[in-house]
Amino acid sequence: MTLNLLKSGEVAKITSVTADYALKARINGLGLRIGQEVAVIRRACMGGPLQVRVGHTDILMRPEQADLINLAK
Amino acid sequence: MKRIALIGMPNTGKSTFFNRLTGASAKIGNWPGITVELLSAKIMEGSEMVEIVDLPGIYNLHGFSEDEKVARHFIENADLDLLVVIGNASQMDRQLGLVLQLQELNLPMVLLLNMHDEAQQHGIKIDTDRLTSELGTPVTLMSAKYSQGIKQARELIRESLSKEKDSTAKEKDTFTDDVKLETKLDHLMSKCVNVPIELSGGLTDKLDKVLLHPWFGLPLFFLAILLMFEVVYTIGTPLQDGIAWLLNVILESQIAHVIDSFNPVVQSFLIEGIYNGVGTVLSFLPIIVMFFLCMAVVEDSGYLARAAFLMDAFMSKLGLDGRSFVMQLMGFGCNVPALMGTRVMRSRGLRLLTMMIIPFSLCSARLQVFVFLTTAIFSPQAAPLVLFTLYIASFGAAFLTAAIYRNRLPNSEPLLLELPPYRFPTWQQMLLHGWRETWYFIREASGYILLGVVLVWFLTHYPFDAVPASSETLAGKIADVFAPVFEPLGMDKLMTVVLIFGFVAKEIVLGAMAVIYAVDPDNLAGVVANTTTWIQAYSFMLFVLIYTPCLSTVAVLKQESKSWSFTAIAVAWPLFLAWLTSFVFYQAATYLFGS
Repeated sequence: MTLNLLKSGEVAKITSVTADYALKARINGLGLRIGQEVAVIRRACMGGPLQVRVGHTDILMRPEQADLINLAK
Repeated sequence: MKRIALIGMPNTGKSTFFNRLTGASAKIGNWPGITVELLSAKIMEGSEMVEIVDLPGIYNLHGFSEDEKVARHFIENADLDLLVVIGNASQMDRQLGLVLQLQELNLPMVLLLNMHDEAQQHGIKIDTDRLTSELGTPVTLMSAKYSQGIKQARELIRESLSKEKDSTAKEKDTFTDDVKLETKLDHLMSKCVNVPIELSGGLTDKLDKVLLHPWFGLPLFFLAILLMFEVVYTIGTPLQDGIAWLLNVILESQIAHVIDSFNPVVQSFLIEGIYNGVGTVLSFLPIIVMFFLCMAVVEDSGYLARAAFLMDAFMSKLGLDGRSFVMQLMGFGCNVPALMGTRVMRSRGLRLLTMMIIPFSLCSARLQVFVFLTTAIFSPQAAPLVLFTLYIASFGAAFLTAAIYRNRLPNSEPLLLELPPYRFPTWQQMLLHGWRETWYFIREASGYILLGVVLVWFLTHYPFDAVPASSETLAGKIADVFAPVFEPLGMDKLMTVVLIFGFVAKEIVLGAMAVIYAVDPDNLAGVVANTTTWIQAYSFMLFVLIYTPCLSTVAVLKQESKSWSFTAIAVAWPLFLAWLTSFVFYQAATYLFGS
C-alpha cells in the first residue's frame, strides 16, 4: 500500500519510493527514508494535501506524492 | 579577509543565527555567477575581519531548484575558508543527511545544532563528543533564538578559521553512492542521538487541531489576518494623524517665516512640492512600520506554511499550489521580495504563473493610498468595509488571471513542504525583522518619492505664470492627451496625472496628490473629499490596485523570468484589466446611482 491509503493516526514503515532522482532526493531530504516510520496526521478537505509526520518533522504533501511512497505495516 | 558561508535546511534558524552574529549590519549583495542576491556581513572575529554569507536554505545538495543551484554554485566557486552548517537538533535524522553530503566537498566545516531548547523539550539527547569524532567535524549545541551556546559556537568558528586551510582540491562531481551515505547516517543516529519513542501532543499539535480544522481552519485564518489589520490601524492611524499634524505645525511655526522672503516660485517648490509631497508619504510611515512588524510575526510563527496547507486544494484548481498563496500573502507587504520568493519553485510554469498573480497583491504602498482615500471620502463606519472590498478585488484579480493563464503556463510540480512547529518570535527577532523590512522600504522608495514629487511639481507648475495644475501647464497638456482613455473611467485631469506618475511607484501617488492639490498633509483629505465623488474615488482605487504596481516590480519580473515577452504580458495584462474593471465599475455605478 501507499502513504496515500494510510488512515489518519496510523503508522507504517517506508519500504520504497517510486520517483525520479530529483524528487527522491527531496523526499529523502525531508526525512522520508526507507525504513522510517511515518504517520498521517490529517488531510485537508476537498482532496487537499496530507499532513505527514516522520520523526520530529511534519510534512505537507499532495495525495499524488503520497502515492509514490510505498509502505508495509 | 576570510570568508564563511552559512548553510542549512530551511527552518533551522539559520537567519536567526546570522542576525546574532552580525547584528543589523547585513547587506544584500550581488555575487559573480549568481543571479540572486545574498545577504552578507563583515564582522571582526578575533583579530581578523571575516565575511559571512547567508546562503538560501536547502534540503539537498543535489537538488534542482534555483535556491539549491545557487547554494551549490556558491560553495563550489566562492573560495570559502569555512562552511558553517546549521542543523535543527530535534530533526537529527534528516539534518545529518545534508551534513554528510556537504562533507564530500572536503571543505573545512563546523556543525552547529540549533534549537537545542526544542530538542530538550522533546527529550532528545545528542552526544556531541561522539558525533564530533565520528564525523571528524567540530559539533556544538546552541539556541540562537535564546542566545544560548552562541559563545561556544563562535569559538568553534574561530578555532577552525585559524587552522591552516587544507589544500586538497575540491571534488567537483559529488554524486557519491547514496546508499553509503544512508548507512553512515543510520550508524551516526544509533550511536550519537537518542530520540524518545513518541511524544505526547505538544502545543503545536493542539493548535493544529483547531487551526487546521477541515471546516474552521480557513475562516480562522482569514479572521487572524483581519485581526492583524485591526491591530495595524488601531495603533497606526492615531500615529499617522499625529505626524500629519506635527508636520503642519512645524511648517507654520518654523519654516513659513524663514522662506517668506524667497521668490514665490521657489517657495512653492519647497512647500507645495517637496515638503507637502514628502510629508504626506512620511505621515504614513507608522502604518507601514506596524504592518511590517505584524507581517514579521506571521512569517516567523510557522502559520504561513499552514496557510499553504489550507489553501492548496483551491489553488491547485487554478494551476497553482499552496505556496503560491503564501507568496501572494507576502506580496501584501511588498511585491518585490514575494516575487523573489518564487525561486523555491522548480516548475517554470508554476513559477511564472505565481509571478503573474503576485503584482495584484495589495502592497503597503497601495495601502497608503487606499487608507487615505477611504477615510477621506467615506464615513468612518464605511471606510474599513470599502477597504475590505479592495482586498477582495485584489484576490479576485489574481485568481481571474491565474484561471486565464493556467493553460499557457502548465504546472506539474509536486508539492512537498515542511510544516515547522509554531514558534513565537522573540521581541528582538520581531523588531530586527520589522526594522529590516522598513529600512528596505525607505531605501528603495525614498529616491522615487523625492524625484516623483519634484517632477510632479514641475509639470503642474510650468510655465510658472500659469495657474498651477491648469490646462496651460505641462501636466494639463499631458492629461489632455490621455483624456480619451481616462475620461470613461471618471478620472479628471488631476487624477490622470497622478495615475501616470503612479506607474513609476505607488509611493508617489499620495505625494503627487498633495503637490497637485497644493495642500499640506493635514488638509489634503478635506480638499480631495470636496472635489471627488465616491464613484470617481472608487474607480480610481480599482485602477491603482490592478495596474502595474511599480517599476521595481517590473524590473524584478524581468530579472526573475529572464524573458522579455513574459514581462511584457505581465505589464500589459494588468493595465488592460485595470482599465476594464474601472470602466465597468464607473459606468455601472454612474448608471445606477447617478453621478
